[in-house]
Amino acid sequence: MEPIIIEGTPKTPSIKFDEKEGIFEIKGRSIPENSVEFYKPLNEWLDNYMQGPLDKTVVNIRLEYFNTSSSKCILDVFKRLEAIHRSKHDVEINWFYEEDDEDMLEAGEDYDSIIKVPFKMIEIVE
Amino acid sequence: MSFDLENLVSDLDIRGAILYFKGNVDSEVINKALDSVEGKLLTSRENPRLRKKVYNVLVESLQNLYHHADEVPKDYHAAKPDRFGLIIMERTGRGYRITTCNFVTVLRIKELEEKLTRINNSTQEEIKELYKDILNHQEITEKGLGGLGLIDMARKTGHRLDYRFKKYDNLHSAFRISAVITSE
Repeated sequence: MEPIIIEGTPKTPSIKFDEKEGIFEIKGRSIPENSVEFYKPLNEWLDNYMQGPLDKTVVNIRLEYFNTSSSKCILDVFKRLEAIHRSKHDVEINWFYEEDDEDMLEAGEDYDSIIKVPFKMIEIVE
Repeated sequence: MSFDLENLVSDLDIRGAILYFKGNVDSEVINKALDSVEGKLLTSRENPRLRKKVYNVLVESLQNLYHHADEVPKDYHAAKPDRFGLIIMERTGRGYRITTCNFVTVLRIKELEEKLTRINNSTQEEIKELYKDILNHQEITEKGLGGLGLIDMARKTGHRLDYRFKKYDNLHSAFRISAVITSE
């Protein structure tokens, strides 16, 4: 399956979901006005990936900021990962947050409480 | 009619503001406002935690105008009728205050007041649960997610959202809302 690679911009994150390399990452800022449109290709890619996922999928989320409309789109990404996990494949989400950024830690905890996939909170120490 | 949205912020320090904008809030305006404020906060070596909170609240405030400002009344002067609003960000003693003004149709006042009353009467723990509930159960629309922006602002700031309406005519009111971000 072809990877999905989207370059980051000041308002949208870089995305790399590459099955061959085993890299699944969202990184940067996610504050677009049109989040649904932005995340649509990733969710479509995941719909295909769900048909034959790797035995283990480790997803790294390294977000600096995200707006509330992105929060729902990110949840949609996680719900697809949850479906993969339900189909007896290992899935792990690494949620990175900067030292002292309690808001980002709490945001990760919110998702952890909603999504039934193992979450790891990882503090980035400067 | 001589009413201007600026009338609603006559008690605020426009001249001393870190950010002031009145007009049609499109993507480009949002980008410029965010760049400008982020640059100023970095230059002034603002505490990173406070800086991030301010940035987050600013994003939601600007995007609330972008998504939720109703069209201006027909006899109100604006370059374009849609996405018209005013934003002002000021330094306060212990942090920052971000205030936005826009027009809303009178039909939306009740719903907005109910949302804001609920937010302002909730504890931080209740706001957190409300946020998660809406995030998990409501469908997203082009305009966003059931007032999640306001809830997020209250959650990030830890303060009540101060708001008021001023009747413009029988169909429109001007709406002002402020969020205060402090370091504690």
